[in-house]
Amino acid sequence: MSDPTAIVSLKDVHKSFGPLKVLDGVSFSVARGEVMAIIGRSGSGKSTALRCIDRFERIDSGTIEVCGHRVDDPQVDLKALRQDIGIVFQSYNLFPHLTVEENITLAPCSVKRVAKAEAKSLARQVLAQVGLEDKLNSYPEQLSGGQQQRAAIARSLAMQPKVMLFDEVTSALDPELTGEVLKVIEALAADGMTMVMVTHEMGFAKGIADRIVFMHRGKVHEAGTAGILSAPATPELAQFVGTGF
Amino acid sequence: MGGDLNINHLEFLGHGALWTLGLSAMALIGGGLFGFVLALARIAPARALRWASGGYIQLIQGTPLLVILFLGYFGLAAIGFDLSPLVAAGASLTIYNAAYFGEIWRGCIQSVPKPQWEAAEGLGLSRTQRMFKVILPQAIRIATPPTVGFTVQIIKNTSLASVIGFVELARAGQIINNSLFKPFLIYAIIALIYFAMCYPISRLSRRLERRMALGRAQPIPA
Ligand SMILES: Nc1ncnc2c1ncn2[C@@H]1O[C@H](COP(=O)(O)OP(=O)(O)O)[C@@H](O)[C@H]1O
Ligand SMILES: [Mg+2]
Repeated sequence: MSDPTAIVSLKDVHKSFGPLKVLDGVSFSVARGEVMAIIGRSGSGKSTALRCIDRFERIDSGTIEVCGHRVDDPQVDLKALRQDIGIVFQSYNLFPHLTVEENITLAPCSVKRVAKAEAKSLARQVLAQVGLEDKLNSYPEQLSGGQQQRAAIARSLAMQPKVMLFDEVTSALDPELTGEVLKVIEALAADGMTMVMVTHEMGFAKGIADRIVFMHRGKVHEAGTAGILSAPATPELAQFVGTGF
Repeated sequence: MGGDLNINHLEFLGHGALWTLGLSAMALIGGGLFGFVLALARIAPARALRWASGGYIQLIQGTPLLVILFLGYFGLAAIGFDLSPLVAAGASLTIYNAAYFGEIWRGCIQSVPKPQWEAAEGLGLSRTQRMFKVILPQAIRIATPPTVGFTVQIIKNTSLASVIGFVELARAGQIINNSLFKPFLIYAIIALIYFAMCYPISRLSRRLERRMALGRAQPIPA
């Protein structure tokens, strides 16, 4: 489409659930290596925007393009799309019947047909990235929330995605555990990973995001560099930032 | 007539008990296989499959097993299909129990949290891979207690096959009683044999449940 360097781009995206308009003409784009933070009140459509990017929801109108895939095309190759996108949710969603290693090797082995031995060394590599090498043979329920979330991030990384989507990945964690997860995300950013993250951690967003999108009532109400957090142009963002800290 | 219970009677009961086990195995395997297909059909993306399997389950669950047995044996015979009592009983039990397995297992599959589906989908697993590698292994754990519980029902339900002339345990007892006229003694023995078949299964289910819970909590040795 128009911007060849964009990894993710949304143009005039509309999405309703029945009578409820959740996305009302959302446009933004994320360049390679860029970190975008989406902020906004609960219910403003942030999760829905992420879910539309990964095609968990179909949009009503507009276009979404991710790494050359037309996500809004009904014929889009979902398997290829999902290999380019990694998504991590608030509730970790590790597979409880599998060890951490099996959680990680499952997708590379069954989707990419990577050989078992290769997948296992990949698992070690991504676990080292999130600081969990010693948890290879643990089951998810033996891990703390922060460890589970790091393992979930490692599981996504093992598919070697071109862009990572994070949806409030620290919101379910006790405050003392959020730091270890945020540190992993910071390291990813430093490595040049393209990321779109919905977050309530305003200080973190300010520190890490190249660009910030403030969503309000299904629209991109304000967007810009982290500077907009200290000097909001709209009363809605001013109010959100005032209450957000 | 009258007389005392002797070794021949006990042997006859033993035979009946073996047939009860045989019928139960047929009902379990046939009903289980068909029921698994029904459970998958109930949650299939294709509406026609969901509709057909749902209709089947409603229909069978609304029909007494006794009637299904009569239909399978006398009904089919009347229109020219002469089935042996064994085939008629096996088929009827399969048809009947599949409806219950289908519904029990559908519930178990659907009780695996939806985010598990989405996490697997986000990793690029196909629908079949999501089902077989992520959802079913978790559903099996959930399904074990109700399935084993229902197996006990299956064993007891096989006694109905006596109405089409099948000599399983209950019918064997009836036959012996017809000659000995010691109903309390004989039916007490029958009850005991049924109990001896069912109780270990209940025990097994509890052990399995415990072992599964443990297996999840303990690291697997490398
Ligand atoms: N699958 C759904 N069906 C119906 N309504 C939904 C669904 N998903 C989200 N919504 C609604 O859409 C609105 C936006 O939700 P969401 O995108 O999750 O907001 P946020 O992540 O910003 O809190 C909310 O009012 C929510 O209740
Ligand atoms: Mg949300």
